[in-house]
Amino acid sequence: MPEITFVQFHGARETLDVAVGNTIMFAATSHGLEGIVGECGGNAMCATCHVSVEPDQLHLLPAMTDDEDALLDGTAIMRQPNSRLSCQIHVTPALDGFVVHVPERQI
Amino acid sequence: MIGPAGVLIVGAGQAGYQLAVSLREGGYAGRVRLVGDEQGLPYQRPPLSKSYLQGDGNADLLPFRPQTFFDKHAIEVRGDTRVVAIDREARRVITATDEMLEYGHLVLATGTRNRPLPVPGHDLAGVHALRTQAEAEALRVAMHAADAIVVIGAGFLGLEAAAVAAARGAQVDVVETTLLPMGRAITAVMSEAFIRQHQRQGIRFHLGTGVVRLLGDSVRVTGVELADGTVLPGSLVLVCIGVIPNAELAADAGLPVANGVVVDENLATEDPDISAIGDCAAYPNRYAGGMVRLESVQNAVDHARCLAARLLGKPAPYHVVPWFWSDQGDWKLQIAGFTAGCQIVVPRGDTDSRDFTVYAFRDGRLAGVETVNRPSDHVAARRLLSTGAVITPEMVAAPDFDLRRATKAALS
Ligand SMILES: Cc1cc2nc3c(=O)[nH]c(=O)nc-3n(C[C@H](O)[C@H](O)[C@H](O)COP(=O)(O)OP(=O)(O)OC[C@H]3O[C@@H](n4cnc5c(N)ncnc54)[C@H](O)[C@@H]3O)c2cc1C
Ligand code: FES
Repeated sequence: MPEITFVQFHGARETLDVAVGNTIMFAATSHGLEGIVGECGGNAMCATCHVSVEPDQLHLLPAMTDDEDALLDGTAIMRQPNSRLSCQIHVTPALDGFVVHVPERQI
Repeated sequence: MIGPAGVLIVGAGQAGYQLAVSLREGGYAGRVRLVGDEQGLPYQRPPLSKSYLQGDGNADLLPFRPQTFFDKHAIEVRGDTRVVAIDREARRVITATDEMLEYGHLVLATGTRNRPLPVPGHDLAGVHALRTQAEAEALRVAMHAADAIVVIGAGFLGLEAAAVAAARGAQVDVVETTLLPMGRAITAVMSEAFIRQHQRQGIRFHLGTGVVRLLGDSVRVTGVELADGTVLPGSLVLVCIGVIPNAELAADAGLPVANGVVVDENLATEDPDISAIGDCAAYPNRYAGGMVRLESVQNAVDHARCLAARLLGKPAPYHVVPWFWSDQGDWKLQIAGFTAGCQIVVPRGDTDSRDFTVYAFRDGRLAGVETVNRPSDHVAARRLLSTGAVITPEMVAAPDFDLRRATKAALS
């Protein structure tokens, strides 16, 4: 299974094996990982699953939809150029070794 | 201040779960107990009428968090435990097995239960309800085998399930006593747009009529008889005619109950040691202009956060723009604010197309926005409404009106 690494705001790292097809948000919440809330259950409605990705890995993801873009305007911590909603990232074999950074707050 | 017995939450659903989490996030160090009468870990309901019903019954996707999370945060989750009474004087609750659980602060997060269908035949095999995971699983399995389904009650749940069944190729009949599906919660324009959309998928509506009995052979349901004598054949009947708030614990303990447990804008009951949140709580809402009781994830989560802040010594009245979503086939409906009953309604976009927005006005100003397949409009609308900016029907009807631009202007 692809390995996804989560880097917390204070630097702690945790790597999870994530089944292909699952979202990064689901991987985090179903492991009880801190910092990713996922309040709307992955419906792209709450922006509490905000992460930023490594700039040199951004190209591994499909371009974001207008809807994801609009939602990112409402994150608790101001969006970065490499911000994404982790509920919209479905894990593929190509994402093995992917790293996401968890923001300080989601609410 | 909360007594040494800590916070006892009755009802381990969306609101109860969130309160426990928010208390810990806010640094509460006392005891937190989450007591519910269902089995297993707290779980999400929205997928039950959507992806879960469509899918292969993978229940792993439903829990909010794993057991390890609750252990780590010292949240004591107890399933299969029904609370039957509150002893306010002794500050404890009594369970169905006569156990006494003391509380420092008691939170009622008991949600709602389905309203039973008061007609003969309601207890035949093949008649389903939908609220819990167990019910969703039974419905899912039955749906896979049924080719004619009757849904009684055209609320959000009933229509979501109807859309899943129709997409599977079943013949679906929907019966509703009013003329407007989901009419308690959305504008007439949107309700009618949904009727047409569901009809395009082959769903048949029987509006403005009631059910007089469910027909069956000696055990199984075979059809539904309407008030005008029409008989709709169906080997599966789903009853979704609304809910009853679980407010009996409060009522029996002498607390005011009126369409739910009555609380103030701080979500407090008359008893300073008892609060109520989520689907079971009736509270004053500024955006609705009166008392409301809402059934939504947003309401449950934001109530929980508001109460956690108060219990942690930072009270702030609950004033939040409500939002909601419902997935019905290819149409994702999203609602920001309160739109039901609004007389002045301005649609933007073709209400028979794949995406459009409906603006609803009360007292001459924007009260809510309904969107179909336009999540970005929805998000902008939520932010716009929260600014309190005055938006009039004339402004929205202007050809060059742009929601995102209006939102940016209101925020700056
Ligand atoms: C099928 C379905 C689909 C939905 N879809 C959506 C959606 O798309 N979007 C949306 O916003 N909302 C949706 N909702 C509504 C949303 O799930 C509810 O608003 C939310 O769950 C309310 O949370 P709650 O904690 O107040 O109540 P609940 O989640 O209902 O939890 C209450 C819990 O308390 C327990 N309980 C009751 N009495 C007692 C007692 N005496 N002792 C112990 N335990 C007790 C109940 O068994 C239950 O487990 C849906 C609901 C259902 C049923
Ligand atoms: S979980 Fe709500 S937007 Fe991602």
